[in-house]
Amino acid sequence: MERVRDLASKKAVVIFTKSSCFMCHSIKALFYDLGASPAVHELDQDTKGREMEWALKGLGCNPTVPAVFIGGVFVGSSKDIISLHVEGSLKQMLINAKAIWF
Amino acid sequence: MAGAKIKIGAEDNNNRRSATSVMPSFFSQAPVSNPMGTEANGTQSSRLPDYGVLEQYMGFRVGDPSGISQSPRFTSAADGQLSGADLHSQAFNMTRPSTSTLFPGSQVIQFHKSLAPMPNIVSGSNAQHENWGDSNMADSSSRTDTSTDAEPGDKNLQFEMGQSAAVVISDSTDKSKERNQDQKTQRRLAQNREAARKSRLRKKAYVQQLENSRMKLTQLEQEVQRARQQGVYITSTADQSHTGSANGVLAFDAEYARWMEEQHRLINELRTAVNSHTNDVELRNIVNNAITHFNDVFRLKGNGAKADVFHILLGMWKTPAERCFLWIGGFRPSELLKLLVNQLEPLSEQQLTGIFNLQQSSHQAEDALSQGMDALQQSLGETLATGSSGAEGSSGNVANYMGQMAMAMGKLGTLEGFIRQADNLRQQTLQQMHRILTTKQSARALLLINDYFSRLRALSSLWLARPQES
Repeated sequence: MERVRDLASKKAVVIFTKSSCFMCHSIKALFYDLGASPAVHELDQDTKGREMEWALKGLGCNPTVPAVFIGGVFVGSSKDIISLHVEGSLKQMLINAKAIWF
Repeated sequence: MAGAKIKIGAEDNNNRRSATSVMPSFFSQAPVSNPMGTEANGTQSSRLPDYGVLEQYMGFRVGDPSGISQSPRFTSAADGQLSGADLHSQAFNMTRPSTSTLFPGSQVIQFHKSLAPMPNIVSGSNAQHENWGDSNMADSSSRTDTSTDAEPGDKNLQFEMGQSAAVVISDSTDKSKERNQDQKTQRRLAQNREAARKSRLRKKAYVQQLENSRMKLTQLEQEVQRARQQGVYITSTADQSHTGSANGVLAFDAEYARWMEEQHRLINELRTAVNSHTNDVELRNIVNNAITHFNDVFRLKGNGAKADVFHILLGMWKTPAERCFLWIGGFRPSELLKLLVNQLEPLSEQQLTGIFNLQQSSHQAEDALSQGMDALQQSLGETLATGSSGAEGSSGNVANYMGQMAMAMGKLGTLEGFIRQADNLRQQTLQQMHRILTTKQSARALLLINDYFSRLRALSSLWLARPQES
């Protein structure tokens, strides 16, 4: 959990993924499209990956990947991100976290 | 006194030849000015045979000088002919006929018996008469003189007719020949009437056939609906091979059919409410019901995707035309918004901005999901393409193969997730749209969406039913 929190606070946008996850690919593409440069951590490439996944599950992230943190705060998985974006809130959150400027 | 009936069959609108008798104003004496013309005085004189000539032959004035105006008087009697009495009493009063009953085409010209022994000048071809009539109607300005008429074809015709009339008159003035002509004309008229009647009957039969087919079509549709509800799996394509979870598919199709019925009911309710200008509160309820009903279909699709992801992904439950425009198992939200935005006017500035942003967001989300799908496809391709060519021994190969397949299976499993996110996007887009629009606008949007998909489905049916040459 600490590792997750630690990594999440390092950058404005942090996404935990797995290399085999194609939905993660989509969510990453969305952030790139918005102009944000998320930090991506692939759990299956990390030695502590399994624990981290467990921690994410504990946070209520389902599916566990992709797990998105904005400004160090846990936002959610793909469904949450898409809903927020359609609502128009995602952009504002990114601006607030200084991930993008407009 | 010999006389010929002057009768001109006028056509009503398009090609129906009903024999209408008209009384052309042939009887003016001065320049043989036109009787059959409608608009201007003295304009269509060339339309008729040269009465000057006739007069000479007949030896009496064709017509009463006193009451003659320039336009013909038309009495329409379907079958009748002007009797001598009619002619005398009415004939020489020409009142302007209504142009609409005038000739679009004239058919037969018979000269009334009491006038002159002029046999009918019917030409063999109705088309010519039509021309005659048409040009009568069309050209009202330039005729002042018979012989200098500028229209070539007609002119020839009239001239010919005039000539033949003159010739005929000079040939025979005796009653029997005249009666023959009379009979011929009668026969011809009768044939025309017969032909018209037959064509009307044919048309009626054709329309009847169409009506029957239409009824049959609706009956078939109802049968299919009913069968669907009872869980009979009806595919819209010839392909019947479905492996695995056929039950799940059947269940989905049946539930979807039920959902469609409910949707139709809600849409009809909405349409009635909109047309009868229900109050806002009531309308909002109905709109909310319709919007939330969409949630049901997304839930159904989720269950269906668990049972058979390809059935949902490939839109096997939709009509072919809908399938053509499918995006990850359903409609593309940004496309739908694009179709709606122009028809939802007037929108306030704020609403326009909101809709535009919504369009942009959904488009971005669509792109992201599409990229994920592309990555999946590419990866799957790579997995299946790596074949082991080394002949290590059959067990090794089999193990490789199985490993490959297992990996591919895992990748396919993510398809369900994509369908779920795509449906989520659709649902969110609809709800956000509903938030931006007013109640009335939302109602209108829902009706527009429904109509769009209905037409797409109808298009599919029409396409499938179109006649094809072998």
